Amino acid sequence: MPREIGRDEVRRLMDQGAAVVEVLPANEYLEDHLPGAINLPLRKLETEALARLDPTRPVIVYCWDGA
Amino acid sequence: MSPRAAWRLESLGFTEVYDYVAGKLDWMAAGLPTEGTNAARPRAGDVARRDVPTCHLDEKLGDVQERVVAAGWDACVVVNSERVVLGLLRAAELRRDPALRIEKAMRPGPSTFRPYEEIEKIAKIMADRNLESVPITTSDGRLVGLLLRADVNRDLAPEERGKP
Repeated sequence: MPREIGRDEVRRLMDQGAAVVEVLPANEYLEDHLPGAINLPLRKLETEALARLDPTRPVIVYCWDGA
Repeated sequence: MSPRAAWRLESLGFTEVYDYVAGKLDWMAAGLPTEGTNAARPRAGDVARRDVPTCHLDEKLGDVQERVVAAGWDACVVVNSERVVLGLLRAAELRRDPALRIEKAMRPGPSTFRPYEEIEKIAKIMADRNLESVPITTSDGRLVGLLLRADVNRDLAPEERGKP
């Protein structure tokens, strides 16, 4: 079950090498994204997630806000 | 959107998936660095003065006046013990009766902006409302710094500053 986390834990996991994934469309990612994040829009997860990410490594996903 | 992504990754076999629910808005509102085409554009959090004097509701204005002047400022942000912004003392409020308590002397509930907001937009609002300074806060109201109109205008071309 995915775990909801806050900013401090995001930073801690980033320091430990977690992959960070922005799931917003590419234009929004290009303007601003978290340091080191890759862009995998929701609709591309099916086809690209396993090719671009290691499924055994921690991964943090985010979008714009909780809405 | 991120909860759906998190669940989908898990269904694809990812073993350790975290959902940063508050997302990019929360990150930027905290003034943390980002990458991307907008990262080089000046933002409120970059320009705000973080050394702005602060005071509390129960202090006496006279004591605060002395401290603010000694620090070379003509403004002071009123905060609580969590650094949540409750009011603002601009030059006019700082000139009031020194015997007043801060909660009686301050301008309560000042407009605030988030650190990620572009200063071009804030400059226009400051010009329209004739504001010399505005507090920059995180999304939960904590003080990041005070944005001065003079600093904003220094970083913008004249046509970006709003009306004089």
